[in-house]
Amino acid sequence: MTIDDRRELDRLVASWREWLERRDALSAQDIDELEGHLLDRVDSLRAAGLHDDEAFLVAVKRLGAVDELSREYARVHSERLWKQLVLDDGANGDGRSAASGDRDASGAPTSFLRRANGLAVALGLGVGAGLAVKVADLVGVDPTFFLRNAAILVLPFLAAWFAWRHRPPIGALAGIAGAFALAAVVLNAYPFGPGAGTAAFATEPSMTELLAAVHAAVALWLVTGVAYAAGDWRSSDARMDFVRFSGEWAVYYLLIALVGGGLSALTIGVFSTIDVEVAWFFDQWVLPCAIPGAVLVAAWLVEAKQRVIENIAPVLTKVFTPLFAIVVIALVVAAALQWNVVDADRELLIAFDLVLVVVLALLVYSYSSRDPMQPAGWFERIQFVMLVGALIVDLVVLVAMVGRTGEFGFSANKTASLGLNLILLANLAWAAWLHLGFLRGRTPFLRLERWQTAYLPVYVAWSAVVVVAFPPLFGFA
Amino acid sequence: MRIGKDLVAAAATPVVLGILAEGESYGYAILQRISELSGGELEWSDGMLYPLLHRLERLGHVESEWGASPTGRPRKHYRLSSQGAATLAEQRRQWDVVGDVLAKVWPDGPGGGGSARLALGGA
Repeated sequence: MTIDDRRELDRLVASWREWLERRDALSAQDIDELEGHLLDRVDSLRAAGLHDDEAFLVAVKRLGAVDELSREYARVHSERLWKQLVLDDGANGDGRSAASGDRDASGAPTSFLRRANGLAVALGLGVGAGLAVKVADLVGVDPTFFLRNAAILVLPFLAAWFAWRHRPPIGALAGIAGAFALAAVVLNAYPFGPGAGTAAFATEPSMTELLAAVHAAVALWLVTGVAYAAGDWRSSDARMDFVRFSGEWAVYYLLIALVGGGLSALTIGVFSTIDVEVAWFFDQWVLPCAIPGAVLVAAWLVEAKQRVIENIAPVLTKVFTPLFAIVVIALVVAAALQWNVVDADRELLIAFDLVLVVVLALLVYSYSSRDPMQPAGWFERIQFVMLVGALIVDLVVLVAMVGRTGEFGFSANKTASLGLNLILLANLAWAAWLHLGFLRGRTPFLRLERWQTAYLPVYVAWSAVVVVAFPPLFGFA
Repeated sequence: MRIGKDLVAAAATPVVLGILAEGESYGYAILQRISELSGGELEWSDGMLYPLLHRLERLGHVESEWGASPTGRPRKHYRLSSQGAATLAEQRRQWDVVGDVLAKVWPDGPGGGGSARLALGGA
């Protein structure tokens, strides 16, 4: 056999391998085994006088139809059709099995810290976040302290995790640290007044305090994203990645919280049947440590599974966009028929802020997983209907509310919801315009995505205004 | 004559276990051996042997180990486990019963007709 023949056969076998590798049911080792068989068969056919390419064709034919074969493999190895999260980075010699999900699994043993996508570091930081909260609790601060400082106590650990994973430049880290320091000073130095109404807590937070705390959390989360983007926060793609991260993180956090809550309830229940009281332990140790700790575990999980499991947030948007479009249309119809939004109470604006936030989230997370080159289809039309419907209802509500400010006055709460409403309205109005252009094939999809990522600093700025300027403006009430 | 699909499927496990009882082997050699023993009558597409071997391995009837062929290609060798030997003995008892019954209902021997006997003689 000449060298050319050998090369030709190698090429045929390589393309055959590549074809088999697309089947999820076959592992690399299975294909190795089949390849060995194929070559044995080729050898014996060649000994019988066949040419290389003939022998190859016959041998492949004798292996049988690939669909049937992979179905048979799938019946034996049904678990392979479900993508699994592999944590050991192939460090135990099983490096051939493909889906280890870690890019730097080059076969060399990974260091302890790097192993399993840095699980040890994530857990360490998670314990740190838990301890930070617990120590503050032990020092004996009032409940409103936690309300104000929840983000300041926990998010630095998340930023540290991102810093370890993505190595942002020192300048970016200094900026993030500055933002945290500023938030800490403002939230704790302002003389917030006592809250109104009956006290559910020992001390009820005042309205400006509550607003500042919530907006500080939003702003600091987005600022933490600078570390996620490795300092490259001007890049639209890096911002979109952080948006994707946030969606997945929220889903995972919710799942962890649900399972953790269920497990805690079960434990407390089981112990109470044998007359051992453990609820205090959960109340004083497990909850204060687990709630911040899970923030880090969820963040670790998102990155560990990034290349293994499909993102879930875009799937949820695909499911709920049509349903929410129907809800929005129903709102338009109801508003047109009833015309009672004008008489509605002050909660209405907050409710509509939520509607707009949901519309925006559905929009952004569908962008996050979309192939930019794909032309507009029925899903984009449904999105457009949802957008326009939401804009119409919100405009009606806004006109009604602004017309009646004289009656309600500009409280901190109302101003904050009005501001948020205007910000979201501006975003969605321009998004709807771009969307229309995209539906008509005049606007490239990239511009829709760029608009959303370009808008992120607006949220940071508005949140910063609510945190820094609102309390003095509204007399810390 | 081609043996029906269901019968091939039923026979595959005892045949493969029986061949492995003769000694450690690998996929290609097992197929060669089956073809040799059945005169080419008992056949299925080559690839299907491997999922079967993997199922037997999962059930604990066989054990496997990666080795190398004389030319240096990686090759997976299979070996009957003690549990596999017990399964083989059990299956053998069952097939004996079936064989006895068939021999009694067909007293003239397999097929009963002349052509089948001819084919048997040719094999």
